[in-house]
Amino acid sequence: MIYDVKNETMPREELELVQLRRLRAQCERVYANVPFYKKKFDEKGVKPQDIKSLKDISLLPFTTKQDLRDQYPFGMFAVPKDQIVRIHCSSGTTGTATVVGYTKRDIENWGELMARCLMAAGASAADSVHNAYGYGLFTGGLGVHYGAEALGATVVPVSGGATKRQVTLLKDFAPDVICGTPSYALFLAETGLEMGIDIRELPLRIGIFGAEPWTNEMRVEIEKKLGITAIDIYGLSEVMGPGVAIECREVQDGLHIQEDHFLAETIDPQTGEIVEPGQEGELVFTTLTKEGIPLIRYRTRDLTTLNTTPCRCGRTTARMKRVTGRSDDMLIIRGVNVFPSQIETILIETEGLTPHYQLVVERQGNLDTLEVQVEVNESIFSDEIKSLQKIESKVMKNIKEFLGVTAKVKLVEPKGIERSRGKAKRIIDKRKEG
Amino acid sequence: MKVDQLSIFLENRAGRLAEVTRILSEAGVNIRALSLADTSDFGILRLIVSNFEAAKTKLKEAGFTVGRTSVVAVEVADNPGGLNAILGMLQEAGINVEYMYAFVQQSGDSAVLIFRFDRTDQGIELLQKNGITIIPGEKLYNM
Repeated sequence: MIYDVKNETMPREELELVQLRRLRAQCERVYANVPFYKKKFDEKGVKPQDIKSLKDISLLPFTTKQDLRDQYPFGMFAVPKDQIVRIHCSSGTTGTATVVGYTKRDIENWGELMARCLMAAGASAADSVHNAYGYGLFTGGLGVHYGAEALGATVVPVSGGATKRQVTLLKDFAPDVICGTPSYALFLAETGLEMGIDIRELPLRIGIFGAEPWTNEMRVEIEKKLGITAIDIYGLSEVMGPGVAIECREVQDGLHIQEDHFLAETIDPQTGEIVEPGQEGELVFTTLTKEGIPLIRYRTRDLTTLNTTPCRCGRTTARMKRVTGRSDDMLIIRGVNVFPSQIETILIETEGLTPHYQLVVERQGNLDTLEVQVEVNESIFSDEIKSLQKIESKVMKNIKEFLGVTAKVKLVEPKGIERSRGKAKRIIDKRKEG
Repeated sequence: MKVDQLSIFLENRAGRLAEVTRILSEAGVNIRALSLADTSDFGILRLIVSNFEAAKTKLKEAGFTVGRTSVVAVEVADNPGGLNAILGMLQEAGINVEYMYAFVQQSGDSAVLIFRFDRTDQGIELLQKNGITIIPGEKLYNM
């Protein structure tokens, strides 16, 4: 089923005209209202009126995550503060977080787009949606929530955690749809079995999963263990939140990008040159309708391939391949963004631990685990076990508090952490293997 | 009256302890007493050695994290009740034993207890007042 037939099945020529009109308006707006963009445009010697066709997008400057951090907290906003009705923000210790603001219309658009996604995944107004995405500053929870309401479905705002209770609610409320991270879905299935509840036997039929990279093998496992169809959803808070792109249930071959609201390109991450559809590149988005924080050519760091051929489901929007990797070293642990630099800050702030550390990410069972290995130097070393364990638990507590993820902290011998030439190897991501 | 104890941070994996003993052996350092405290991930090896400085230098060169702690060595008759009497005194005085370990001397008639107190000086004072034999560091290193 298609929620917004007009906009989701528009002939591409027509869609491109809509995109061009909106792109030009967006450029005018950011140039006039966001000093950051005025400066960037001027540096590149480009004026909003230079955009005469969609191809001219290559004239425009890129926006990076670092730019957003530099403009912390509200420097990227394109409307006066009183028009902002909601703020979301990425994880991060103060100063490194990225803040996004939404106007009333942005929130309405987001709800519409998310409603499209729910329907693309096979949900309808008659369904009830168990929303296990975290509610709060993270966009996942509220994004799905408003979408489900826009669709007219019943939303159960469970948020994250309290897994046993979630299983009980799945059984008692019998929702049709579940949303959350894929690793959490598997964890729910396992917890259910421990409690004597087999989720496969419940009415649940659709799962919409995102916010962390997952493989097709994992999809097969989820579908088997929960007895559902598992749909991949994509989004990022900088661009909007969940609902930027979704797989259609009918075909499940790539994620449909909501191109009437987001202009997608893929570029060579080294040179910044646009690569043709069909070739892998870094995904770049220009928001076409966002008012609160419009972004021009935002580099997502996600690597994917675009496919503009028509889909059998009837949608004409381009599809992006499941994200296969990132072009920098941000980690996504159970849906939370974690940068090595954030861990480093915490270690240094926790009684002067050496900046020699390594992050080991694994998928144990079905849950992502993060282990922070820290070298023990003389300044923190003690002859007593309890003082070393105190340091471990303090770091653990701070990581949980500032980053919102649970990590295991392991003290290791100096130089126990392998150093590659020049730059220490900070991350070992064992999830990518196999 | 204090004894220098060398502590060494060890990861809990095969061969690390042997690496320490190899370095000490090559440096001609003799181990007088030892104890190993461990968790699932790491351990702390505590040693009384014949030559503290040499041991420390060599281990540091090999990349180990080492520390120095003052502990107290006490001689007790090697018979039932010997340790109990000492612990009784400490308890009464409210001095806490962070950890301890023991070994029997070669002659076999007395045992040596190594104590790590929360308040080392008060511990020594108390034991001396009660006529307990404290072994000075120099004597212990060369035993």
